[in-house]
Amino acid sequence: MGNQEVEDPRTGNAQEHQGETGGAPEDRPSQAGRRGRFRGLVLPAMAIITALIIGALFIAITDESVYEAFRDGIGQGIVRAFLVIGRAYGAFYVGAFGNPVQIVRAIFSGSSTQILRAIYPITETLRIATPYIFAGLAVAFGFQGGLFNIGAEGQYFVAGLTSVFVGYSLRGVPQIIHLPLALLAGMVGGALWAAIPGYLKGKTGAHEVINTIMMNYIAFRLAEFMLDVGGPMARGDGRPVSPDIQPSAYLPQFFPNRIDLRVNLGIVLALAVAWLVWWLLYKTTLGYEIRTVGLNPRAARYAGMNVPRTILVTMAISGALAGLSAATDILGVLHFMPNAFYSGYGFDAIALALLGKSHPGGVVLASLLFGALRAGARNMQGIARVPIDITSVLQGLIIVFIAAPEIIRMIYRLRQPVKGETLTLTRGWG
Amino acid sequence: MTVMKTASKARRRAITMGVLFLLFALAILILFTPGVEQGQKTTFAFSEARSESFVIGNLVFATRFGLYLMAALCAFAGAWQLAKGFEHVNVVLGIVAGFFVVAFLTWAARGQSMNLTGMARSSLLRAIPITLAALSGVMCERSGVINIGIEGMMLMGAFLSAVTGSLGRSVWAGLFGAMLGGALMAGLLAILAIRYKVDQVIAGTAINILATGLTSYLSSRYLQSGSLNSPPTFRPVPVPLLSRIPIIGPAVFNHTVPVYLTMILVVLIQVMLYYTRWGLRTRAVGEHPQAADTLGVNVFKIRYINVLLGGVVAGLGGAYLVLSSVARFDELMTAGKGFIGLAAMIFGKWNPVGALGSSLIFGFADSLQTRLAILAVPIPSQFLLMAPYLVTMVVLAGVVGQSRAPAADGVPYEKE
Repeated sequence: MGNQEVEDPRTGNAQEHQGETGGAPEDRPSQAGRRGRFRGLVLPAMAIITALIIGALFIAITDESVYEAFRDGIGQGIVRAFLVIGRAYGAFYVGAFGNPVQIVRAIFSGSSTQILRAIYPITETLRIATPYIFAGLAVAFGFQGGLFNIGAEGQYFVAGLTSVFVGYSLRGVPQIIHLPLALLAGMVGGALWAAIPGYLKGKTGAHEVINTIMMNYIAFRLAEFMLDVGGPMARGDGRPVSPDIQPSAYLPQFFPNRIDLRVNLGIVLALAVAWLVWWLLYKTTLGYEIRTVGLNPRAARYAGMNVPRTILVTMAISGALAGLSAATDILGVLHFMPNAFYSGYGFDAIALALLGKSHPGGVVLASLLFGALRAGARNMQGIARVPIDITSVLQGLIIVFIAAPEIIRMIYRLRQPVKGETLTLTRGWG
Repeated sequence: MTVMKTASKARRRAITMGVLFLLFALAILILFTPGVEQGQKTTFAFSEARSESFVIGNLVFATRFGLYLMAALCAFAGAWQLAKGFEHVNVVLGIVAGFFVVAFLTWAARGQSMNLTGMARSSLLRAIPITLAALSGVMCERSGVINIGIEGMMLMGAFLSAVTGSLGRSVWAGLFGAMLGGALMAGLLAILAIRYKVDQVIAGTAINILATGLTSYLSSRYLQSGSLNSPPTFRPVPVPLLSRIPIIGPAVFNHTVPVYLTMILVVLIQVMLYYTRWGLRTRAVGEHPQAADTLGVNVFKIRYINVLLGGVVAGLGGAYLVLSSVARFDELMTAGKGFIGLAAMIFGKWNPVGALGSSLIFGFADSLQTRLAILAVPIPSQFLLMAPYLVTMVVLAGVVGQSRAPAADGVPYEKE
């Protein structure tokens, strides 16, 4: 998020507005000074910590053995509760970042197989973070333009269809052409799907929240129809999945001889696209227009901007980003498209955009965190028998605390913010 | 100048409508008539069993004749609209769409029999949870709080109704648990939206994610054994006399208690909203909180009450899913009904009776798809399932004129 320091001189005017939407105090170095640079990170960090603490309590009070220990005495009960929490979060940490002891030992042993095995959890975190970054960027981009794109899930489905189609139907094309084409197909699919509610919003004022939700269900049925047994895109062997894509459309893995390390070029692409989105938003005229329309469409119209067109473009770009999350998932990991799979990215992406305060850099950090959450929760379920759904609880709590920073300030008795530090993201049904 | 502009806009809209009606007629002729063989007949049955005192005979007619009749009616409406113009064009649009649906059913049931009473019955049943979700939205949004979290409230309601219903071994305990579950989630929304002035769409989204996580977590922890997840179910209670009316009786008056409760709630909320002091205050707070406050209405109190009541209604929607037939809680069992309810609310113009009407359209499309599967109609079921969502989008896009939200919907109130 330190990037914002750089952009001040050039788009100083826009920064004043940005203080109202993004809410990051580092937009105003003159007021907040050097300390202000990190103040923007304090609240998210506190929100995450608070959510983890509540999650820990939740894990403890839903554990039978804690109650049994309390029957023997309060001291034993408390010890037991800490043991349960420690085991759960320990498994969580190992699942997300690997076992530190094992990693150190592997590095000293110098054996590459051992090192790869030890860092496997980190590679999984990065792999899961990849589609998250794209989906989070999609929602954040919409927020910047004053639009709430709940349709990332549907855009994901449609982009999956277009991308997998190019992936399996083109044959005998070199990778250097096939892979970009398949990625592009995903972007186009997502962009077109998102452009429809964007067009309707700009033209008739129909609210994008309802329309993107409707488009989610339509996309879900469309995917079901295409991939169902006997459907136009089904594999034809009685399974409701698409054919496998050609190897020339694979996103290359970093460790090609270790197939289980599924981290691939997608993560690099994601970081590059995040930078591109930042550049587009803060360094180009289009980005300035998008943010102005997001802040105050009336003022934008008065300034001579074409508001309906800007809304359409914002939604299309947002959809293209959501499309990339599907494309990287399919081209990098799955290599085919299953029917009726619920990605959940569309809804997690809302949390990501909020946590990252709609800033591309923030979204990347938030996505890495969520990648770790998902990877860790899987291990926690396997080892500590804590249901994986704890991640949704944590995510919900994080959103609550980010959206209502007053609660965090109350708990930790933090100072009141500088004026203007509020988070206005959507504007009702208007 | 502006007057002329609006006049020309209205004129253009009138012509569009007329052309649209003609297109409906054309669509019937092009899409449906070619598939009909000479002498084929369509049968619409009206009695399900011989339970009614007056048994109504089946309606049998030549399929071609039915289609031509419907096309002619649509065409007539279009011609009249272009020549003279209807006063209530939206009503006519609804009727013409109805003609089109009848034509579609006539075509789908050619050479076979379709039970319209059974169809009406299952449409109503499928509309119930959507109606309750929409009513929950109406309660909240009329007082100026956007409720995206209906889905989460329903899910929590469904979860708690399964637990309390199993513990108390009674459907009423289940119903109570559902109301409590919905109110709990609504309480969170109220505190976030009213006390902390959080962006309400975000707060609702947080509630959805939180409710999904909590119910899935707790159900995989505690509901796997079954003793906590085997609530009893409601049995149908025929209304004396009314249930013996032909057609309407079996379709509307032979249901379980929650179905009647929903219908009563629709009427009750409609009446309360427009004819009681509470309703007037609610609408005032939703439209212009400053003015309401000046007149001595406690804006915050009204909003807290309405959001909590909205949660209770949404919880009932969740209970319906559990206690009417499946008799168990499943993870994510609401499957988007809360969101569809939200669409039904907007479609119904933030009005309880309108919400019921639009929920019935969703319910109809849903039950149509199962019926057509039985008749082996060569349309993939997925496309029929898409229909209600498409209809919603078309309606929102303004074919029926824009649906207007309460003016202060989604705006946190700050006392000055």
